[in-house]
Parts: sequence; C-alpha cells; structure tokens
Amino acid sequence: MLSIHCPNCGITAEETEFHAHGEAHLTRYGPGSTDDQFESYLFMRRNPKGVHFERWRHQNGCGKWFHVARCTMTLEVFGSYSAQTYAPPQEILDHIKDRRPGWNEGTT
Amino acid sequence: MSKPVTALGGASDATGIATVTEMGPMGMITLRGDLSVKAVTKAAVAAGGVTMPDQRMCNTEGAGGIAWMSPDELLIMCDYEHVHAKLADLQGKLAKEHALAVNVSDARAVFRVSGPHTREVIAKLAPVDMHPGSFTPGMFRRTRFAQVAAAFWMVDDQTAQIICFRSVAQYLFNTLNMAAQDGSLVGHFSKA
Amino acid sequence: MSTRLANKGRLVDTSKPLSFTFNGKNLRGYAGDTLASALLANDQMLMGRSFKYHRPRGVVASGAEEPNALVNLGREGRFEPNQRVTTTSLFDGLEATSQNHWPSLEFDVGAVNARLSKFLPAGFYYKTFMYPRAFWKHVYEPVIRHSAGLGKAPKARDVDTYEHFYAFCDVLVVGGGVAGLQAALTAGRSGARVILLEQTDHWGGRAPVDGGQINGGTVDAYIAETLDALRSMDNVELRLRTMGAGVYDHGYALGYEQLSDHAPGTPGPRHRLWRIRAAQIITATGAIERPLSFAGNDIPGVMLASAVRDYVVNYGVSVGDRTVVVTNNDNAYLTAIALKHAGLDVPVILDARVLPEDLGLVAQAKALGIRVMMGHAIASVKGGKRVTGVTVCAQAGEGAVLEEIPCDAVAMSGGWSPVVHLWSHCGGKLRWDTAHACFSPDADNPPKGADGMGFVTAAGAASGMFALDDVLNDAHVAAEGVVTCLDMKLPKDVAAPKAERREESPLAPVWMMPQGAPAKLREKAWLDYQNDVKVSDVRLAAQEGFVSVEHAKRYTTLGMATDQGKLSNINGLATLAGALDAEIPAVGTTTFRPPYHPISLASIAGEAKNDIFQPIRRTPMHDWHEANGAEFEPVGQWRRPYAFKRGMESTHDAVMREVKNTREKLGLLDASTLGKLIVKGPDAGKFLDMMYTNMMSTLKVGKCRYGLMCSENGFLIDDGVVARIDEDTWLCHTTTGGAESIHAHMEEWLQTEWWDWKVYVANVTEQYAQVAVVGPNARKALEKLGGMDVSKEALGFMEWVDGTLGGFPVRVYRISFSGELSYEIAVDASHGQAFWDALMAVGADLGAMPYGTECLHILRAEKGFIMIGDETDGTVIPQDLGLNWAISKKKEDYLGKRAQERSHMTDPSRWKLVGLETTDRSTLPDGAYAVAEGTNENGQRNMIGRVTSTYHSPTLDRGVAMGLVLNGPDRMGEVLTFPGTDGKEYQAKIVNPVFYDPDGEKQNV
Repeated sequence: MLSIHCPNCGITAEETEFHAHGEAHLTRYGPGSTDDQFESYLFMRRNPKGVHFERWRHQNGCGKWFHVARCTMTLEVFGSYSAQTYAPPQEILDHIKDRRPGWNEGTT
Repeated sequence: MSKPVTALGGASDATGIATVTEMGPMGMITLRGDLSVKAVTKAAVAAGGVTMPDQRMCNTEGAGGIAWMSPDELLIMCDYEHVHAKLADLQGKLAKEHALAVNVSDARAVFRVSGPHTREVIAKLAPVDMHPGSFTPGMFRRTRFAQVAAAFWMVDDQTAQIICFRSVAQYLFNTLNMAAQDGSLVGHFSKA
Repeated sequence: MSTRLANKGRLVDTSKPLSFTFNGKNLRGYAGDTLASALLANDQMLMGRSFKYHRPRGVVASGAEEPNALVNLGREGRFEPNQRVTTTSLFDGLEATSQNHWPSLEFDVGAVNARLSKFLPAGFYYKTFMYPRAFWKHVYEPVIRHSAGLGKAPKARDVDTYEHFYAFCDVLVVGGGVAGLQAALTAGRSGARVILLEQTDHWGGRAPVDGGQINGGTVDAYIAETLDALRSMDNVELRLRTMGAGVYDHGYALGYEQLSDHAPGTPGPRHRLWRIRAAQIITATGAIERPLSFAGNDIPGVMLASAVRDYVVNYGVSVGDRTVVVTNNDNAYLTAIALKHAGLDVPVILDARVLPEDLGLVAQAKALGIRVMMGHAIASVKGGKRVTGVTVCAQAGEGAVLEEIPCDAVAMSGGWSPVVHLWSHCGGKLRWDTAHACFSPDADNPPKGADGMGFVTAAGAASGMFALDDVLNDAHVAAEGVVTCLDMKLPKDVAAPKAERREESPLAPVWMMPQGAPAKLREKAWLDYQNDVKVSDVRLAAQEGFVSVEHAKRYTTLGMATDQGKLSNINGLATLAGALDAEIPAVGTTTFRPPYHPISLASIAGEAKNDIFQPIRRTPMHDWHEANGAEFEPVGQWRRPYAFKRGMESTHDAVMREVKNTREKLGLLDASTLGKLIVKGPDAGKFLDMMYTNMMSTLKVGKCRYGLMCSENGFLIDDGVVARIDEDTWLCHTTTGGAESIHAHMEEWLQTEWWDWKVYVANVTEQYAQVAVVGPNARKALEKLGGMDVSKEALGFMEWVDGTLGGFPVRVYRISFSGELSYEIAVDASHGQAFWDALMAVGADLGAMPYGTECLHILRAEKGFIMIGDETDGTVIPQDLGLNWAISKKKEDYLGKRAQERSHMTDPSRWKLVGLETTDRSTLPDGAYAVAEGTNENGQRNMIGRVTSTYHSPTLDRGVAMGLVLNGPDRMGEVLTFPGTDGKEYQAKIVNPVFYDPDGEKQNV
C-alpha cells in the first residue's frame, strides 16, 4: 500500500485516498491528426520497468490531479508535482538521475 | 414552506464509547475561485464571519466558518436560515470575478462525534493520524470514512465534526456507531 | 503418557481451574494454559489426522508454527475450523473437536491411504486423475472432496463484529520477546512513537524458558523491569495478542489483534486489524526450531525439543515419562536438562555430531548423569498412535540398528531458523548462514520504502543471533540504527544490557537421519506433517525434473498447508538441494507472503458487514418509498424504487398499472438520483462544446437541450438534459450512476488538459430532491399547487424556469423522458419529502400514483429513447443509435470526434439501432441475438444483431424492443429470428423504434 503525497493540498496519505490514472504527459491528438498520431495518443502506453511518470488524483481528498514520478520496480517515489505541466520539472529529473545514475529520460 | 428536514432528523446515539449526533440543518456554500484574488477572499470572509483559514485549516465561530477545501475551493458555513441571503450577497460581490458559489446545505449531512475517545472512533474509519500531536483542533481533513468520502475537523480535543453527502448519512451514522460500540475502546491515544 | 507435573508452570495459574471439552469429553485445565498444554495435561496426545494419508497426528510444536494440531473451535455463530491448539488460549467452556477423520479420531477409515502411500507419491493426483476426462467431475472430485479437507466450513452466520484501526508510528517493533522488548526500550528512549506487538498473551518470548542471566538477574526479572520502563513511556504502546501479520510497501504493516477469542461473547469487536504506517519497522520475530528427518518422525509423541521444554517450564506439563532427545546442536540439551530437573527420565541424548570436547550444556547434561551418544541418530521411531520407542543407529551409516530404546516421547532439534517472514514480505533479501545452517536477513538488502531507503531491521534471533547476549545487543543496535534513520537522538546513558555467555559447540547440519537412509526409511521421514510430504516425495520431484523450488513446492504440496511450511520449508529445500547435488543457497527459498499466520477474513472486512457492508445511497424520499410498498433496485449505490406494489399485487402487475396510470392520468417519479453539475465561467460554453457531441454554447438562457457525452474512444458514456442558467452558467444533468464519474471526467479535462480555461464545476446532485410529474394531468396538479404559471405559453417544451409551487421555491424543467406532458421539479433536498407530500395531496383527485424505474423504462422504450447501459455497453457510438441529430456538424472538435472518424467507426456494417416487434406480440428475451444463415469461423451461428431493451408494453398490449442490427435501418419490415435460452425461437420484425406517439403530440401540449 503506497504512501502518496498530494502537492495540491500538501497531504501525504495512503493509497486508498488516491486513484492512479496511468501515464502522464500525453499529447492529445484530435480531429485532423493522422491515424498514427491518434493511435499513439489513445492506445500506446509506456510500460517501463523502472522510472515512470504517472497521473494521480486525490479523489478521497481535495479532488485535484497531480503527477507522480515513481519506480515501478522498487516503488520508490521520486516526487509529486503539478498536473499543469507538459514535462517533469527539473528538480524531479535531477533527483531521479541522482537515484538512478544510468537512467536516461526518453528511453524509459 | 415546510420546515427543513435533515437526512436523519437529528438522530443521536450515546450507547458506546463516544456520542454520535446528526447536526443541522447547517448553511453551507461551496465557493470556487482564485484564492489569491482579494475580492474572492474578502467576500468569503464576509460570508463566513471568520478570518481566512490557512491551507488545510478551518476557522469557525458559532454557526459561521470557513474551511479550506482545495487550492481553489472554500466551504463557507452559516446559519441555515441565512444561506440564501448570504449566497445572493456573495454572488453579488463576485459578479465581476470568475468564481462559482453554490448552496450545498441540503446536499450534506453533518455529524458530531464527542467524548474522550472521539479520536479513536475516527481512527477506526479514516486513514488519518489522529494522534493528538498530529491532528489538532482547527485542522480540516478531507478523506474517506470507511467507504465514503467525508471531511472533518475537531472543534476541540474531544469533539469532531464530520461532513458527508446526504445520501450516505445513514451509512455513516451506522458506521460511526459501530466504531463507537460498547467494549471497543482501543486505548491507543490515551493509555487506558 | 503426558500429564501435569507437580511443579507449576510459569504461565499457568492453578488457582483458576477451567473446564473444556474435546470431542465431547469433559476435561480440565488452568488459566494461562493453551489448548495444547491443557490437552497434553489430560494425556490427549492424538489431536488430529494428516491431510492426505489421515495419519495420526499429535502436537509437535508449542507456537504458531504448529502444523498438526488443528481443531474445530466453538459452535454455531462462533464456530471456526482449523484453529491451532498451540495458539488458542484456554477459557472456561471452550469446545473443540478434531478434524479430518471419519468416523472418529481414534478409528479413521481414511487411514487406509497411509497403507497405500506407496501408490500415492508426489504428484499422484496430477498423474492419476487426468483420464478419462469425464471421470473428474462425477467420480474423482466427489471422492477426493469427501476424503480430503481439513475442518468443516461454518454453517451459521458469524455473530461477532470486527474493526480496523489506523495507527501511525515512528517505530513498529514486531515480537515481544527479549529482543523486541529491548528494541522498543532503546527506540522509546529517543522519544520516538513506538508500537510493540506480541502475538501471544505474554511478554518475553522463549528466553525465560531457556534461562540465563541478564545484568546479573534472571530473565524474568529483566522482562519485568523492561516492561515497567516501557509502560512509563507515553510514546510507547504495548499490545499483547496482536500479531504482526504482514509488512507491505512504504512502511505499511498489519497487526492482527485477537480481542475476545480467549473470552467469547465479551462486548466489542472480536478482532481488530491494525493498519499501521511506520517510518521504521524492527522485526524481532525470533526463530523456529527445525524438525529432524528420520523415519517415524510424525508419530504422536515426537516433538520439537523446544516445545517439550516449553510445556514443562511454562505449563508444568510433561509430554512423556521417558523422552529421548535427538539433536545436531547444543540447544536441545536444555530440554534434557529441564526434563531431568522436573524429575523425568531422559534415557539418552542422541547427538548426530562428534565433538572434540564437552562444553557448556553438553558437559552439564553429562554431569547430571544423562547418557549421551555422540555420532548417533534415530533409525526409526516405534509406535502407531503414540511413540513406544526408538531404534538407534550411527548417523554416518545407512541405519543398521544398534540398539532399541523404549520411550514415550522424542524431543528433536535440527537447529533453528530465524523467522524471516516479515523481513521478506516486502522484498528483504536473505543470506545463507553456514554456521547456523539457516537463512537469515541480509542487512545490506532490506525492504525499501518510498524514499528508496531500507525501512525494516531484523533484531535478535530473527536476524540470526542466537546467544542471549548477542540477541540483546543486536536488538539494541538495531534500535539505535533506526533512531539514526529517523534523525532522532538517544540519551547518552542508553546501553545494551549484558547477559552471561554459554560456551557452545557448533551445530552440524543434518538434513537426513541417518545420513545414508535407504528408501525404506526416507518413505517414513516426514518433511511436511500437515500435507504429508516426505523426503522421498521431494527426491521424486527432483528426479522428475521439478528442480525449481517453487515448482517442487507445488508438485509435492510441501509448505502449502495452513502452516505455510514454517517447519518444513528449510528441511524440504535442503532435501531438494541434496537431491540436485546443489548448494542450499543456490536452490533458494519459496516466496514469503503475508499473512505470517492465518488471520480471519472477517478482520479484513472490518466493519463492512450487514447493514454497513457497503454504502447505500438514499434519496430524501426514501423512507416514504419504503413505507409505500416500494420494491427497490440498486442503481450504482443508490436504491431506487423499481415499482410500488399495492396489496397483494405482483411486481409485474404493479409495473403495468404504473405505466397505464402515467399514460392516462398522473405519475410521480423520484428523479433525485439524476446527476446535477453546475458548469460556470467565461469558457464554460467552449468547454461544454468539447464535452458534448452537440453544441451547448448556443443554447439560449432559459432553454434545455438533450446532450450526449462520449469518451475519447468515441463511445457513448453518458447523456442528459443541459439547461442554460445564465450567460456563463449551465446545469448539466447526468445519469444516476454518472454524477460522480462525469464530474470527475470534467475536472480531469479542466485540470490536466485545458487548465487555462476559466471554468468551475460543482456537483450539486444531492442539494436537490427532483420529482418528475408526468402524465396528462401533470399541469393540473401544478396549477393546483399554485404559485407560478406553468402553461404552455409561459413554460414551453424544453424550457426551464425558477418559481414557487405551493410555497416551495422550485426550479421547473419542462422535459420529458416518457413522451407525456412532463415537468421535472427541483426543490431543496431538506424540503423534498414535504414537496412530494404536497404533490401527492393535490394529485389525489387527479389519479396521482408514484412510479418506479421499471415503469420509467417502459415509458422510454415505448418512445424509442435510449438508455445508457442498455443501448450502450462501452462499444457503442452515437451514430450506431441513430443519434446523428445530436452530433454537431459545425464543431471542429469534441471528445470522441476523432475516434468516430476511425475506419472501424465509420464502417457501414456496424450494427445500428432499430425497433423490434414480435410477430406474435410476445416479449423478446433480453440480450437475445438475431441469427443468420451459416456459421462463423468458430462454428457458431452467424449473428446479425442483438436485443438491447425489451418490455411488455401495456399501452400497446404487446412486446416492444430495441436492438442493434446489421444494416438495420435499411431492412425495415424484415423478420429476424432470435433463439432464446429457453429453447424457443422468436420472430421479430424490424420497425421504427418509436412505438408510441411518433409525432410527439402528447408531450407538447
């Protein structure tokens, strides 16, 4: 049972207050996009063994969405950050590189 | 116009290790807006009759109060009879702002759990650290109680007030009473 | 025989006698006894039968590791099978019965399996019962089910209650032996919040039984002092009868507290499941003694040496008059010495080792005059339901009998295995400790928490420290380390206590006794007592290629019983390693999974039973419905009236009556459960245009519009009427089940995609009681209430208005889901019942009747209105349902638009909505498929459509149905065949789905 931190209300609580919603930082493709683009948006998801960026919602709490950087192998949490971003913030990336020296963003 | 009726008509049970009572009716307004905008907080303070609470806090005085719900949401409390007037006033003051104020007084049920073992009753249902050093009166916590979403705060060290949706009032009342059943003292917070 | 000794045990209070029954026999014990010690004191050594061969089984251990002595406990609402006698505290009136035998414990027909054991080897079931296939269901399974199995399943409802408790602490210490006590004391001195859990009803573990001195005093004195110190600390919580059941991610742990198992009927919950979040966890869970593998090691009277000692010292119970001790280590000598001190006979200690000199306990035993045979072993144990003697051989040989020694008990010790379960649950790694021949926690690879750092430390025997001084020191050091991890400080005067050290000779690993035991002996050498797995079975598994320890486990069932192999696993994998000629650490262990020891399912459910099993959502008028004959149906967590039954009328008749009455007079529907979301802001119109397939931004203030919502996959997820409240405010109705999910859906898009759009959403579903007033008399009823103009001119179809009705402030929507003249009226929930009462009162003369959801369904189906969840199932797009009119052609984008352009979505062969009319006026079966000629690639009949909604329409006095059919709209008039599950074939004609009032004249009056 994970312990998750919500950056919106500042609570750290057990997983039962939250809900995970899969991969973060997807780019939405709407009408006018190619089949490949739309397929990548709608269906293709990373499933890394290691560092993963995820969308979470504090559903039994403040109700807000946020992002979590997490290791799917060890369940180590590298940090939570705002849902209103297109990419992980630098300090999260720095922390991940510190904890996972060989990790290369983009290959996960 | 009829007399307002709460979900459980003020049910109360004092047979266990704490007393569980349905409160109300209470006036409650959900205000969504940019809490960094002065006009928004000013209007909220006027409606709630208390100062702006900090993040995850709740200020109350008598029937009035303001609870911090999320970075863009407040719960304003007042007398049930005044809620329509307060809401109209609030909406008037915020007419020029991007804000949403709605009456939720009837959408909720409010319970009071009281007695020296109040913390234990809550700790049986909500995944919250109820240690007196961790959760103090004035803090406001949105969480779940067993299987339903709820929010609560402690009025004083032996009294908690819990807000849930009206439709699950009976469930929460029964669940709180189960958690407070006779013989279920844990003795965790006070070495019993 | 086993009996109570004159010298009292440490734990029993002979001033408090208790009576209990075993298989109906009245027996006596004392307060402080376990059921095991009390049974032994009454010479009840035979306590059960094994799982497969129904061999006689006696108790072998004294704690949670017990594999044999499982009983049915209690009766009726407190009946529970598979309870270990060793962990069951005795209480007055306890009722126990033995399990897994027929007709009786003493004489068991199933024991014939033991005679056949040669023919029941590992994997026997897998090998034998495969063919002929048909035999499985009717022959093999019933026979196996009758003969196998442990306790009986309870028949009565559990009368007890259960609860959870969320606790948070800095340090959780699991295990209340001396290591746990010391760890808690050291950690507590830092001021950290400490919780200490002990599974038994007493503190100190087994150290007091094994003796020794701590800080110059007795072990008992040390325990008492330490407890005093701990109890004086406000930051330390001590909990007896609470087992640390499991360690999970991020410092989460479960504690299983048994509150009234020792005192059934006490007010309050029976079990409490502690859901603990700890920053650091210390596992001071001790160690478990291993059996030795020799022939006949399962005969009642053969026990762990430590258990024999426990019964003598703790409970004043001797398991036999003459006890042979067999060992590969010094520790078992304590048993011989304890027995001797109790005045009992120890004819011999068979020590598999050959030692250069007599140190410590060996010398002590010899000085007491006990015969010690070094380098010797048990060739086999004599006896059936009770040990009668042993034959002695050389450990090094193949079992040639040198001597036969009569005895009635055997105390065995194959060394000790640290209890590493909790360490391992969450990924802690193990290392092989050659000196002690055991796996112990690898401190360099602990379980890791949210920060990637270790959060579990093993202490004492659980970390592979066995000498008392080492145990205490290790516990102290573990706590010091934990305090450092917490960034806390210890006062300078905190130090580990000092214990006296015994001189000790090293253990010699013994996995088979004697070393070269031939097949005849190996077939009688048990590894897993409960599941009847022998040394020969594991060897056979290896021979047949089950070389992975996980495969061998499942093939032989080693360690798969309710004890999860606490005694058998290490011996089993050493045997496997031997058979494979591999090193033990190379073979590895099976996975340790929580719980450590079985916990009740009810404790996991906690408070969730009976009326609070799950939340039931009630509308403000719920009580009225209940009092007025409502038969409820679940809609999500809501309970909605399905129909209101009158007198003796059937449910079907009630529904028919409600439909007719609503069509002809006046029906009232509690529509409070429909979701109501307020969407407001300068960008709200733009936002709703994205949410809905239709254009909502152009809706005029005061008007309503039916809208469809799709997911990004293009599939329909919700529908409902949207009302524009003012320039930048809309009210969106959702389905009953959709309020929370659609609210969340809107927030998701606002927070994660269009966060710069100025829109706020609020869920006001429960603020209002909503009543649908439906039927030709609807307007008359509202006019009788009075207070506002509800005429066609003032309030046209698909318009809404605020006003007052009968003194109630209301919002009235002129919308219809029935095809009748209809108003949906929202009133504050606190006045909902009063408003409903007022409507019933004014409606009395107008034929007002409440109606339920089934009537609602028929009314809408007669009109061809779709229902989310009936016509849709997560694979249906609006275009399939002929709802193109509700899909804006002007909009560049909406959620689902791009997906609806995918080739599969535009495929003309997608099944489309049509009406279906049976040729004989009967009602089509729900979900039936329309079939065509030929078969598909799977040999099934080709399918060309299915029924999505089907009802008997009392209005038309015939079945009406809707369905999705291949090229349906182009096949009007064609008759399709629908085979039912009742064996009949139904013929139905494809028609327009609007069966009733196709021009909408009735609703538009």
